[in-house]
Amino acid sequence: MIHFVLLISRQGKVRLTKWYSPYPQKERTKVIRELSGLILPRGPKLCNFVEWRGFKVVYRRYASLYFCMCINQDDNELEILEIIHHYVEILDRYFGSVCELDLIFNFHKAYYILDELLIAGELQESSKKTVARHIAAQDSLVETAKEQASSLSNIIAEATK
Amino acid sequence: MGSQGGFGQSKEFLDLIKSIGEARSKAEEDRIVLHEIETLKRRITEPDIPKRKMKEYIIRLVYVEMLGHDASFGYIHAVKMTHDDNIHLKRTGYLAVTLFLNEDHDLIILIVNTIQKDLKSDNYLVVCAALNVVCKLINEETIPAVLPQVVELLGHQKEAVRKKAVMALHRFYQRAPSSVNHLISNFRKRLCDNDPGVMGATLCPLYDLITIDVNAYKDLVASFASILKQVAERRLPKSYDYHQMPAPFIQIKLLKILALLGSGDKKASEQMYTIVGDIMRKCDSTSNIGNAVLYECICCISSIHPNPKLLESAADAIAKFLKSDSHNLKYLGIDALGRLIKLSPEIAEQHQLAVIDCLEDPDDTLKRKTFELLYKMTKSSNVEVIVDRMIDYMININDSHNKTEIASRCVELAEQFAPSNQWFIQTMNRVFEHAGDLVNPKVAHNLMRLIAEGFGEEDDTADSQLRSSAVESYLRIVVEPKLPSTFLQVICWVLGEYGTADGKYSASYITGKLCDVAEAYSTDDTVKAYAISALMKIYSFEIAAGRKVDVLPECQSFIEELLASHSTDLQQRAYELQAILGLDANVATNIMPMDASCEDIEIDRSLSFLNGYVQQSIEKGAQPYIPESERSGMTDVSSFRSQELHEVSSHALRFEAYELPKPVMPSRVSPIEQSSSNELVPAPEPSYHAEMHQVASSVPSVSDPGSLELKLKLDGVQRKWGRPTYSSAAPSTSNADIPKIQNGAPQLDAVSSSSSKAVSYDSRRQQVEISAEKQKLAASLFGGTSKSHKRQSSGSQKVPKTNIPAAEKSHVAKNATSDTAVLERTPQPPPDLLDLDESAVSSSAQSVDPFKQLEGLLDLNQDTSTLTTSDASASGAPDVMSLYGETTLNVQSGGVPNLLPAGRDEANLLSGLAGTPNRNGHGENTVTNPTQQLNKGPNAKESLEKDALVRQLGVTPTGQNPNLFRDLLG
Repeated sequence: MIHFVLLISRQGKVRLTKWYSPYPQKERTKVIRELSGLILPRGPKLCNFVEWRGFKVVYRRYASLYFCMCINQDDNELEILEIIHHYVEILDRYFGSVCELDLIFNFHKAYYILDELLIAGELQESSKKTVARHIAAQDSLVETAKEQASSLSNIIAEATK
Repeated sequence: MGSQGGFGQSKEFLDLIKSIGEARSKAEEDRIVLHEIETLKRRITEPDIPKRKMKEYIIRLVYVEMLGHDASFGYIHAVKMTHDDNIHLKRTGYLAVTLFLNEDHDLIILIVNTIQKDLKSDNYLVVCAALNVVCKLINEETIPAVLPQVVELLGHQKEAVRKKAVMALHRFYQRAPSSVNHLISNFRKRLCDNDPGVMGATLCPLYDLITIDVNAYKDLVASFASILKQVAERRLPKSYDYHQMPAPFIQIKLLKILALLGSGDKKASEQMYTIVGDIMRKCDSTSNIGNAVLYECICCISSIHPNPKLLESAADAIAKFLKSDSHNLKYLGIDALGRLIKLSPEIAEQHQLAVIDCLEDPDDTLKRKTFELLYKMTKSSNVEVIVDRMIDYMININDSHNKTEIASRCVELAEQFAPSNQWFIQTMNRVFEHAGDLVNPKVAHNLMRLIAEGFGEEDDTADSQLRSSAVESYLRIVVEPKLPSTFLQVICWVLGEYGTADGKYSASYITGKLCDVAEAYSTDDTVKAYAISALMKIYSFEIAAGRKVDVLPECQSFIEELLASHSTDLQQRAYELQAILGLDANVATNIMPMDASCEDIEIDRSLSFLNGYVQQSIEKGAQPYIPESERSGMTDVSSFRSQELHEVSSHALRFEAYELPKPVMPSRVSPIEQSSSNELVPAPEPSYHAEMHQVASSVPSVSDPGSLELKLKLDGVQRKWGRPTYSSAAPSTSNADIPKIQNGAPQLDAVSSSSSKAVSYDSRRQQVEISAEKQKLAASLFGGTSKSHKRQSSGSQKVPKTNIPAAEKSHVAKNATSDTAVLERTPQPPPDLLDLDESAVSSSAQSVDPFKQLEGLLDLNQDTSTLTTSDASASGAPDVMSLYGETTLNVQSGGVPNLLPAGRDEANLLSGLAGTPNRNGHGENTVTNPTQQLNKGPNAKESLEKDALVRQLGVTPTGQNPNLFRDLLG
């Protein structure tokens, strides 16, 4: 099971956090600080895994952004590494050549995508296409909902004139 | 798509993000965020905020919370937003509550109603959004409120809904297994779902269920095996392929399940041999994901009933992992080796050099994993080397969690395999000295008992030798500064018990030392208590021996200090000591017998020796004693409490809408109320429901008695059932360890840098040298050589390296004879005469082996055809070439389309992504998907647009915030 997902920039700035196990706010700050201290200084040739508090943290660096996932001792690290990559590929497909800036300004969208990929700390969907289709459906629905709301308010405005 | 319509947020928000991006320090960032919190607090409470604005505020709250600040003042607004009919706002509200709230938050009760409604929605996207929240927020008390709907959704026509419903049910099972026990059969049904996504999701709960009860699912072995076969044969839709592997994530999950089902079950295992073998053969070992599946196969093979053919291919795969350049694969190789070693211990010997390489690797993760492997393969023949290495490693780390683990492993191994008590005590001393506060206190007591009881043999001289050597070592250690408390306790106890036993040290010397300890650790009451008890023992032994006791002035002042201590325990001990000082020899021997700590003391539990006294008192008119169970008035309190608890727990929360008031009311209701309730009856149900909802949505914190009552009960329930929140298991690092670590750090650096230098600069020249050293270590770790040799080899490990002059080193590669001369310096291990079983054979073989191998190495050095060297050098060269080949390829494929957006090409993550594996040195992921390359075409335009937009917003890379952009561009 994945306990949490963290996106940290190389300067240690938090870009996204998702907690699947209960961590109180104070603890979260501590966890992030601890892990950035542990992961950011690691050299490029070393393992993409670190052991931490009896868990394992799998991380992967994309440009200046570190994607980290915390898992149990007996989970398959390489699989998690590929789940991270899977997520990045989906982000890339969604944003079109995703860059850190996209995630900074659209972090809520990154959350929506993550919610389609992982649920309750487990991988729920391994098909990129299915995830993309679902997100697109949500987006289009949001668009129509917006239109409807505006047209409805127009009608109301007309009627109450 | 996502970013086309601008970032969709107001200038204000973009400015916030920008300024945080520009913040130079954490303090500055905090100041900006605190300012933002103030603004939001003010804004969010304004009346009549437009919904669009509100949505942005909520997202800003999420941002603030993400940066680690408290946004709890806005939670209620997020909750309110979930009630909105507009799906756009609802989704934002749901996202925010899943990020803000934990499963035991009080506000959840206000969302349950909305979730219930949304789960029934016609729009499947609304249902999906609600199910996401269900997975995160529904707790044990609220499960009954949504359970029926979730179960119903298992049969929904949309696969996305079915999938999420399965996951939600899984979550319920994790939270409260009892609440969904009757629904478990649903998971089996969903396994046959015609959508592969739903089937894949179902594997998660099934894995959990099978972990708990394997036997109930043995009938599914054939089904799982056949699903796996179909997946491997690419029967699933192409969209599940990942890097040319057919649905690897599903394969991995299935392999995990099969590993559980086949464990210790020959019949079940036989059903899976073929398919697991097939998958291993088909695996593409050049990609990460292929190796992930391969690794999972090895795990499966090592867990199920052994099959020689599979074990062989697993061993081959492990060899491939260990020989790889990628640290990740080495790590997995070590881990897999640890799994397989239980089945075929001989496999480790093939890889001894690779293991030792990993042990000396600068990568801490790899090192730790290797220690784990060593821990698994420890035997009485190699325990000394392994524990020695582990302690050396332990001294140099400062992560307390890790340190605790290694310390406890050292203790465990030492207790289990200790070759001699002498060694055991020495080892324990080292462990205590460096990690005393981290080990279990029980270990300290074991050590004391061992010293007291001796070896269990009836050999008193050996015992007393052991004790005096312990005393001696402790007298040496005790002067060192900042020892851990547990260790000091052991020291004090041993000094008190045996300090003067062999007559080597005078009582005044030992008592002086004890007083020093008590003075140096004057804040530690436990140590002081141990110290004063030790003094007491020594004085009484002196008295018993008929010698005159002279109390040193510092002891006198120590005793006086304790006489006035705040701790009653210390006071009592001090008074007892004073009393003993005034006794004669005869009495002293009786109350403090020499070396009697292990003798059993008979305890008279019924206190029969007091019977006479009691009798006397009763005769004088005292009240007889009534046992507690027979006393009447006392029971009330406890039974009252349990009754109360019972009441609380039996009150379950109700989530159905209120029933319509019945016309017939209980008699105590006044007639007026009755009539009003009568009036209500004709009101149609829908409107009533709507009204209820409206009340809830407009004023969620409404204080109608109903909700208040509900909340109160919830509190009670929570206290009883609430899960403990996450608490860090790691104790704070002990002060005592800090100076050691600081001292140790440069040492570690020096060692690692020298070793890495050796490896990187003239690895080829020193190859022979290093492997000679390693061979020895390997021989001591893996072979069953004699103990005396091992100690020597571990001690002289670094000797050859430093002794041999540089000139000779260069000779080594060319000149075989000079090298054998070097080799002769290393002590020839004497054949082990004590080990008469299998190890005797292997030890003789082992003692020859390293040399033979080395000779082979030396003779053939020029043509490098021996296994070890050829592997290292041959795999080095072509790999580098292929890496370069791939690099250039990638630069072309990733870079060309991106040239269009001037100056922003590298900002795109995927091109960085293509670069990272190259930098990492593993070639596995450099193959960019053809599809991705296709994407690049139109994306160039998108990047250009993004760039333009960003500039328009004033967040340009060339602006004053280079920090935010520098890395992406670089």
